[in-house]
Amino acid sequence: MKDDKFILGGHEFTSRFILGSGKYSLNLIKAAVENAGAEIITLALRRAATGNVENILDYIPKGVTLLPNTSGARNADEAVRIARIARAAGCGDFVKIEVIADSKYLLPDNYETCKATEILAKEGFVVMPYMYPDLYAARELVNAGAACVMPLAAPIGTNKGLCTREFIRILVDEIDLPVIVDAGIGKPSQACEAMELGAAAVMANTAIATAGNITAMAEAFKHAIIAGRQAYLAGMGRVLDDRAAASSPLTGFLHD
Amino acid sequence: MDNQKKTDHMQYMEGMEIINSDIMDKVISEMNSYDYSIYTEQDVKKALLKDNISPDDFKALLSPAALPLLEDIAQRAKLETRKHFGNSVYMFTPLYISNYCENYCIYCGFNCHNKIKRAILDADQIRAEMKTIAETGLQEVLILTGESRSKSDVKYIGEACKIASEYFKVVGLEVYPMNSDEYAYLHKCGADFVTVFQETYNSDKYETLHLAGHKRIFPYRFNAQERALMGGIRGVGFAALLGLDDFRKDAFATGYHAYLIQRKYPHAEIAFSCPRLRPIINNDKINPRDVHERQLLQIICAYRIFMPFASITISSRENADFRDNIIQIAATKTSAGVDVGIGAHSGEQKGDEQFEIDDARSVKEMYDMIKSKGMQPVMSDYIYV
Repeated sequence: MKDDKFILGGHEFTSRFILGSGKYSLNLIKAAVENAGAEIITLALRRAATGNVENILDYIPKGVTLLPNTSGARNADEAVRIARIARAAGCGDFVKIEVIADSKYLLPDNYETCKATEILAKEGFVVMPYMYPDLYAARELVNAGAACVMPLAAPIGTNKGLCTREFIRILVDEIDLPVIVDAGIGKPSQACEAMELGAAAVMANTAIATAGNITAMAEAFKHAIIAGRQAYLAGMGRVLDDRAAASSPLTGFLHD
Repeated sequence: MDNQKKTDHMQYMEGMEIINSDIMDKVISEMNSYDYSIYTEQDVKKALLKDNISPDDFKALLSPAALPLLEDIAQRAKLETRKHFGNSVYMFTPLYISNYCENYCIYCGFNCHNKIKRAILDADQIRAEMKTIAETGLQEVLILTGESRSKSDVKYIGEACKIASEYFKVVGLEVYPMNSDEYAYLHKCGADFVTVFQETYNSDKYETLHLAGHKRIFPYRFNAQERALMGGIRGVGFAALLGLDDFRKDAFATGYHAYLIQRKYPHAEIAFSCPRLRPIINNDKINPRDVHERQLLQIICAYRIFMPFASITISSRENADFRDNIIQIAATKTSAGVDVGIGAHSGEQKGDEQFEIDDARSVKEMYDMIKSKGMQPVMSDYIYV
């Protein structure tokens, strides 16, 4: 575990917990980051400056990698422009692509996301695309130069857990980039399960923002993600299904 | 007004764009068949247990049978609000730049027969107003005019939008309905959100309240949000002036109108406003259709549960106590530092207001109140790209 580093776009991280910042009070961000042990925090660029009253950037502890997202973008073109504004505003080279043209379920548009990824990767961004877990789209994203893929576990904000479990498992098997499970994770146990599946990291926001005690929940997630990662690295033990293991193997008659 | 002089309120006037849409027919037919007396507490309880609320569940939530379950409804509404918005409360202020009006709406302070002090701000005055507002920290402004195409034409509104874009991240419009190419022009000038109040969805009642002017044309007003989206506007707001007619039917029609627009334009951001005519004090028993705070809360919560992702604005016409509580349950946007007179932000008031407000707290006072409730005031959540 000690040498288990999380490498993303050539950058090295110890924590595998990416924390959201958009749904709770600014004065809780620092404590949430610390309790979560998070080294990456997302922020919506559209929220990055709240004028002369308060600025979310002032509440993010130094040393934490900013992951600006392109929320608000409805197509690739808008996502590209928001990403460029983020970089020009000093938010660094990381960008999480969110292209959403459905105001009800907020599902990502994989096609537009691929287009934005290709453009931004060529411009030197560390592109982290939020996506619906589709294998073909994930392969396109790899070819487009993404640094990882970020499939959703469930519709964003629903806290419903790993609804797309089998499809995320396929991505973990087939895609050679880090698979970061994003959106829909509602409980630490679900984050743990995602890590057991082989996810490289987990991103959570609403689950923490809507908790009774935000900083305590951030810490609970930290432990769950570490536990899940350890379990994955240890190699999962055999879990029997409803049939018992046969004590008389069918091949027992073979003598040579 | 002489009945013979009245024009047909369902007939488009010259120059009014006609679009290919069946949404109005669907809304009117569904509203007409809405009989809220048939719903029971059981229907409401069933609706509250569902993940996705259907239009029929929405009808149950708006019915009288739902009132005894208002606490449960408020709890569900709060849950949905938290899920979609966290603890964010968005702030903005309305800015009236003209009160000239060519409509004759019998309930409105701006109507063309009222002898009020009329004014229209010029570019310098608009700039002065916006600068003063921006200095409070606000980053969203809602530009309003009376409905006069001759005094405040589209070009004039466009110039106001351009000035607003220099000071604010989000520019909304609450002006007279217009054609899609005019919305496209205003979008180019910086406007990004269009709100149109239908007032009442009962066209027969509508006709008796809007006696003259462009506003008299019911279908042109109804289709304004759709034309705005066709013009590239990002989001659209809906409202009925609750209490003008049967508020349950009007609230249903408002929600269903927004629902059908969102289905046809999935990218559209949806917003509700919840204005009401205040019941006369001590008049509780006279009109069962009066919208008291209890009914208003029911409606706002029903909007929230039916369309959990929609923005809901709470007006400064409501009192401070109601506003302070509703932002913790279902409303996600609140006005602050409101002055509805023309030109009153940066100097002496030049024109009269449309109505009186109840909650005159400053931006700072509202900001502090929101924080004191454990919520996060947000000045802007959008980049104009």
